[in-house]
Amino acid sequence: MRREPLINAAILAVLLAVPLWAWWTDEPFTITLATRVVILALAGVGLNLALGLGGMVSFGHAMFFGIGGYAMGILASQAQDYEPLMEWPILIEGTKSMPVIWLTAIVFSALGALAVGALSLRTTGVYFIMITLAFGQMFYYFAISWPAYGGEDGLSIYVRNEFPGLNTLDPIQFFALCFAILLAVLFFMSRLAKSAFGLALVAARQNQERVQTVGIGVYRLRLAAFTISGAITGLAGALFADLNRFVSPTMFSWQTSGEIMVFVILGGVGRLYGPVAGAALFIVLENVLGGLSEYWHIYLGALLLGVVLFARGGLIGLLAGREVAHD
Amino acid sequence: MSILLFIEQVLNGLQFGVMLFLMAAGLTLIFGVMGLINLAHGSLYMVGAFAAAAVAGATGSFLLGLAASLVAAAAAGAIVEVAMIRRLYDKDHLDQVLATFALILIFSEGTRWVFGSFPLYLDVPSWLAGPVTLPGGIQYPAYRLAIIGIGLAVAAGLFALIRWTRIGIRIRAGEADREMIGALGVNISALYTIVFALGAALAGFAGALVGAIQSVQVGMGEPVLILAFVVIVIGGIGSIKGALVGSILVGLTDTLGRFLLPVAFGAFLDPSSATTIGSALASMSIYILMAVILLIRPTGLYGSD
Amino acid sequence: MTEPILEIRNLCKSFGAVVASEEVSLDLRPGEIHALIGPNGAGKSTLIKQIAGNIAPDSGSILFEGRDVTALDTVARARLGLGRTFQISSLAMGLTVLQNAVLGALGRRGRVFRFFRPVMRDRALLDAARDALQQVGLEDFAAWRTADLSHGQRRQLEVAVALTLKPRVFLMDEPMAGLGAEGSLRLTGFLNELRHEAPILLVEHDMDAVFALADRISVLVYGKVIATGTGDEIRANPEVRRAYLGEEDAA
Ligand SMILES: Nc1ncnc2c1ncn2[C@@H]1O[C@H](COP(=O)(O)OP(=O)(O)O)[C@@H](O)[C@H]1O
Ligand SMILES: [Mg+2]
Repeated sequence: MRREPLINAAILAVLLAVPLWAWWTDEPFTITLATRVVILALAGVGLNLALGLGGMVSFGHAMFFGIGGYAMGILASQAQDYEPLMEWPILIEGTKSMPVIWLTAIVFSALGALAVGALSLRTTGVYFIMITLAFGQMFYYFAISWPAYGGEDGLSIYVRNEFPGLNTLDPIQFFALCFAILLAVLFFMSRLAKSAFGLALVAARQNQERVQTVGIGVYRLRLAAFTISGAITGLAGALFADLNRFVSPTMFSWQTSGEIMVFVILGGVGRLYGPVAGAALFIVLENVLGGLSEYWHIYLGALLLGVVLFARGGLIGLLAGREVAHD
Repeated sequence: MSILLFIEQVLNGLQFGVMLFLMAAGLTLIFGVMGLINLAHGSLYMVGAFAAAAVAGATGSFLLGLAASLVAAAAAGAIVEVAMIRRLYDKDHLDQVLATFALILIFSEGTRWVFGSFPLYLDVPSWLAGPVTLPGGIQYPAYRLAIIGIGLAVAAGLFALIRWTRIGIRIRAGEADREMIGALGVNISALYTIVFALGAALAGFAGALVGAIQSVQVGMGEPVLILAFVVIVIGGIGSIKGALVGSILVGLTDTLGRFLLPVAFGAFLDPSSATTIGSALASMSIYILMAVILLIRPTGLYGSD
Repeated sequence: MTEPILEIRNLCKSFGAVVASEEVSLDLRPGEIHALIGPNGAGKSTLIKQIAGNIAPDSGSILFEGRDVTALDTVARARLGLGRTFQISSLAMGLTVLQNAVLGALGRRGRVFRFFRPVMRDRALLDAARDALQQVGLEDFAAWRTADLSHGQRRQLEVAVALTLKPRVFLMDEPMAGLGAEGSLRLTGFLNELRHEAPILLVEHDMDAVFALADRISVLVYGKVIATGTGDEIRANPEVRRAYLGEEDAA
C-alpha cells in the first residue's frame, strides 16, 4: 500500500514532460510557467522543512525569498553597471555568475534565518506566527525605504546571469538547471527526513517534552531546521529573480509568505513532494481561473478553505491516503 | 519651534497608537477568549472603512458613515463567525492561519469586485477640518485630536465593559476556563459570536476613522494587522492592558523614529545620507523594539507565564 | 554507608495557595529502590518534575552525584543521567514504537546533528532500541504506531525509552498504572533486577509492588514527607496509619 512514491514520480514526470513538449512545439511561455512551478516548489520545499517536519508555522518565509532575490539583484546590477559592490576594506565586485550568486543567496538567507529564528524560537505557537510575520514586514519596509537598490521600484537586470557551459537565455536550458536543483534539494530533504536530525525534529514537533527528556535540546534542533529551511527558500528567491530578471520589495511581502505557505498546504503538509504538487496546482489555477475571472483569488480562497476544513492532507493526501510515512 | 514640532509628532504618535489599540484590542480579546489567531481582522478594518466611505458619500454625513462602519464590520464579523470561524476554534494554529488567510483573499477580492480597484475617499467633516490651537500655541488638526479622544474613550469603555458588565464577566470567565463557563450554562457560542463581532466593530471603527486621513482601498488592513501583531507581541497576548501599552509604545516609536532618526544622523552625516539611513532605520524601529522586548520578556510585557 | 547518588534538600514548591512540596528532603542510594507513596494530590508528581527539571522549586536544592543540579534544565539533567518516565505517557504518538526507542538511544549517544545517514539503519541505535523493547516485552510491537498502543503498552514503552538512556538513576512516576495484574507482576520482577543497573525513585500506587520492591519507602502527605523507612517501619508508623487509614487520633 505505498502509493506515495508512485505519485511523486508521476508529479516529476509531468513536471518534466510539459516543458519538453512545449519546447518541441515551440511555446516558450509554457516553459517559463513550468520554470516558475519548479522555483516556487523549491521555495515551498524550504518552508516545508520548518512547517511540515518541524511544526514551525512561519509566516515570514518571504524574507528569505527576498534576501535570495536581492542577493541576485544586487550582485548582478553592480556587475552590469561595472561598479564594485565595495572597495574598502576589501574589493568586492558584482558578478553575473549563477553559482556565486546562489552561494551568496544561501549564505545570507541562512544568516537571516539564523538571526530571526534565534529570536522567534524563544516563543511558540501564535507568538511565533505573529513574530515571523512581523519580521518579514520589517524586511519589506526596509527594502522599500532603502533607495540604493531601487527602493519601491525594484531592480531590473537586463540579461540573465550565466552558468558555465549553458546558455541560460534559452528557456529550456534554464528550466533544466532549475529542475536539477529542485531534484538535488528533494534528494537532500528525503535523506534529512530519515536522518537522526529528522527523527528528532519530527519527534519534537509531536512531543517536545519527550525529546527533552531523552537529553536532546529542541531549541538548537529547531533553529538548525529553520536556518536550512530559510537557506533553501533563499536559493529559490535567487532563481526566481533570475527567471524574471527583476527583483522588488514584493518578494518580501506578507502575500508572498502566504503564497509559499499555500503551496505547502495545497500539496500536503509534511509530504516531501507536497510543495511541488501545490506549486503546480497554484500555477495551473492562476492561469485557468485567472483566465476566467479577474477575481480568481476568491476561488483560490474558497479552495483553500475547503482544503483546511475538509482535506487536510492536501492534493497528495487525497491521492495517496492520509498516513504520512515516517520511516 | 522644534519643541513645538516635537510635541506635534508626539500627538501624531499617540493618534497612531490609539488606532492600533482599536485593532489590537479586538485581536487580543478574540485570542484570549476563543484561542483564535485571526488574520482576517485587517479585512474587517477594511470593511469598516469602505462602509463609512460609501455611506458618507451617499448621505453626506460623516457620523452616519461612522455608524455604518460599526454596523457593517460587526455584521460581517458575526456572519463570518457563524458561517466559518467557529469551526476553527478547535483546530490548530496552522489551520486557523490558513483559513483566515483564505478569508483575506475572499474579502479583498470581493471588495475589489464591488467597489473596483480605485481608492475611495472619506472626507473629514467640515466641523473637524481645521486646526485647533492647543495650550502653548501648538496648531494641531482638530480631526486627529478627536481621534485621540475617541480612541481613549473607547479604550476606557472597553475596560469598563470587561470589568463591570455581565458580558465582561463572562468574557473574563471564558479567558480563564472555557469548559467551565459552558458547564455553568452560559451560551458559549452566542458569547463567542458577540466577542468576535465586538472585535470586528472595533476594527471597522478604526478603519473608518483612519479612512478619513488616508485613502480607503483594498489591502489597507493588512499592514495595520501586522502592526497590531507587533503590539500584541510587545504587550503580551490576551491582555487588553498590554494591548494599550503596546499600541502607544509602537505608535510613539514609529512616529518619533521617523522624525528623530534622520535628524540624529544629520548630526554627523551629510543631509541626504542622513535622511536615507535615518528613514530606513526608522522603518525598522518598531521591529527592533519588538526584538528587544522578546529578548527580555518572551511573553510580552503583560503576558502570563 | 554508601554515598547517596541523588539527594534532595529542603525542597519547597507552592502553586498559589496549594503547597505541593514543603521542606522535602530525601535521598536515593546506589542499588536501591526508594518508593514514594502518598494519597492523590500529595505532590509526588510535582516532586518528580522538580527533580527532572520540568518545574523549578521555590527553594531548596537537588544534588546529583554530589553536584548541585538545581539550576540545570531538563535536557542537561537527562544528559547527566536522570532517566524519567511520566505518569501520563509522554511519547511521540505519530512515530512507531521502535522510532520512539531509537530516539532514546539517539539521545543517549548524542550526535543528533547528522543530516544524511538514515537513522533507522543505524545498527548500534537499533540494537539498543530493540534490546530495551525486548526487556519490557514490546518487541512484537516495534513496527506499531505508538498512538495505536494500549495505555498499558504505552507505559511499557515509557520504561523502554528510559532504558535506552542507560541512566544513572531512574525516576518513575506510576509505571504500573493501567498495566493490569499480570503486567504489574511482570514489571515488578523486571524492576527488581533493574535496580542493579541503576537505583530507582519509584512513585507507585500499587502497594503490593511497593512493599515487594522497595528498600525504603517515603510517605508524602500534603507536600510533606511524614515518614521514611523500610516497609515494616512504614507499616507500623502511626502517622502513616492515620494518614492512610484515618485511624482514630490517639491525641
Ligand atoms: N501546574 C500546576 N498548577 C497548579 N497546581 C498544581 C500544578 N501541578 C500540580 N498542582 C497541584 O499540586 C498538588 C500536587 O499535585 P501532584 O504532584 O500531581 O500530586 P500527586 O502526583 O501526588 O497525585 C495538587 O493539589 C495539584 O492540584
Ligand atoms: Mg501524580
